[in-house]
Amino acid sequence: MIAKSPQHGARRGRGVFLSSLTELMQWGLRGAALPRRRGLALRAGAVLGFLALWSLASGLVVLLKLFNPIFLAGPWLVLGKVLELAVNGQLWVHVWATLERVIIGFGTGALAALALGLPAGYFPGVRKVVEPVVEMLRPIPPLAMLPLFIVWIGIGEGSKIGFITYATFFPMFLTTVHAVQQVDPLLVRAARSLGARPWQLFARVILPAALPEILTGIRLGVALAFFVIVISEFIGAEQGLGYLINDGRNFFLVPQMLGAAVLLGLLGYASSALIGLVERRWLRWERSAST
Amino acid sequence: MVDGVGKTFGRGGGAGQVLADIRLEIRTGEFLCILGPSGCGKSTLLNIVAGFLPPTSGRVLVDGAPVTGPGAERGVVFQEYVLFPWLTVAQNVEFGPRLKGVPAEERRRLTERYLALVGLTAHAGKLPAQLSGGMKQRVAIARALANGPSIILMDEPFGALDAQTREVMQDELSRIQRVERQTVLFVTHSIREAVYLADRVVVMTSAPGRVKQVFTITLPESRDRFAPEFTRAESEITRVVKEEVAKVHE
Repeated sequence: MIAKSPQHGARRGRGVFLSSLTELMQWGLRGAALPRRRGLALRAGAVLGFLALWSLASGLVVLLKLFNPIFLAGPWLVLGKVLELAVNGQLWVHVWATLERVIIGFGTGALAALALGLPAGYFPGVRKVVEPVVEMLRPIPPLAMLPLFIVWIGIGEGSKIGFITYATFFPMFLTTVHAVQQVDPLLVRAARSLGARPWQLFARVILPAALPEILTGIRLGVALAFFVIVISEFIGAEQGLGYLINDGRNFFLVPQMLGAAVLLGLLGYASSALIGLVERRWLRWERSAST
Repeated sequence: MVDGVGKTFGRGGGAGQVLADIRLEIRTGEFLCILGPSGCGKSTLLNIVAGFLPPTSGRVLVDGAPVTGPGAERGVVFQEYVLFPWLTVAQNVEFGPRLKGVPAEERRRLTERYLALVGLTAHAGKLPAQLSGGMKQRVAIARALANGPSIILMDEPFGALDAQTREVMQDELSRIQRVERQTVLFVTHSIREAVYLADRVVVMTSAPGRVKQVFTITLPESRDRFAPEFTRAESEITRVVKEEVAKVHE
């Protein structure tokens, strides 16, 4: 056993000793966990510091007349623009347009990935049929397919949503297949020896055992959805945050471009937090298994 | 009942015969230990009885019916515990009855009974990750018992535990067995463990595994590891096992 620094152990009230090698390794990898409040303070400080630097930079551009200040708007200008759009109602139209595409596109992508990935992971026969096709398409960067989607489906909502479905399908499909394949064969043996029939085995053992990795894939899928929606909204969109950015570029509205970008970041962060919430709720067992 | 079971892995020239014509009959309520040097195929035999592996020759009969795959009438306790990590202790124990569609009230009664039997009533709501190795194995034993199998197969169930916990678990299992009178097929490489727990001990030869000798342990049900009769049985079996271990090293 190895002693932690005593005051650290005492503060967390968990005793002074690391009780196992895994704990020691995690401690070594992550460093000593900070007390919660201090961690929060550091995070908030970092964000405020970044905003201060940004303000300073944009202020210096104005003061020293380095270049046209229109190119680097300060955070307050950006916030002002976002508030202005929020008050006149335009902002919500764009946010909702983007969100709707992401939700529908990602949702169908996830459904398709599960509908194909679960059987492909479970039945080697299905895997041998589905995987080569997926492996053939996967190395093509999804963005290369965007113009094709527009040619096939047209410039409207269909191509944007379809494109998100297509792009998000791959990581979610692959993690789902892998997750099902990785299920401990001993768990399967244990369940069969307790009398599990094939569908019971799937619902009560394979699915819960694969869930953590499937959720990791879903997390990837959501991030990718926000990644590709912006680009597809650059082309032929009338609404959406990607459209706001492209529109801002045409008219040198830098605060609008930055504002839309920040909002996209916040949406991405919120969706990731939402998945984190689901994970904490459903995967309590996994967290306690890894500590 | 194990009827002339043989197992060969691979085919042709490189094929390795692991088991040769094993014949065993396990009586109802009997605790039978299979003992042998490592690599003698005792775990393979257990896997065949469990239905995880098909035999190359011969067959296994349980209550007169031939084994074709895993089934609820043959409970298994693994060396690696193998609890369902997302289920609580109580949910693990009621897993089998739940699959059969046993009503909730009856399941609760079963779970309570078997958790009490293994002394884990206070831990019913915990997750497996929160338990020690010995406690996990108690849950696995309770889970196997609660499913009401004809026979329980145990594959070196205490092999992953430290020496002290191991003895405590042997005491526990011996006590449980006096209550339950369950038919058990128990694989181990510990002679002491076999003598402490078994009604009969089957010593296997080194590869290909055959039944070398069967010992009937006539010690009282509640055994004393330091009694002279215990030591005598232990040394008698040790002598036979050593012959086989020596063959491996020749």
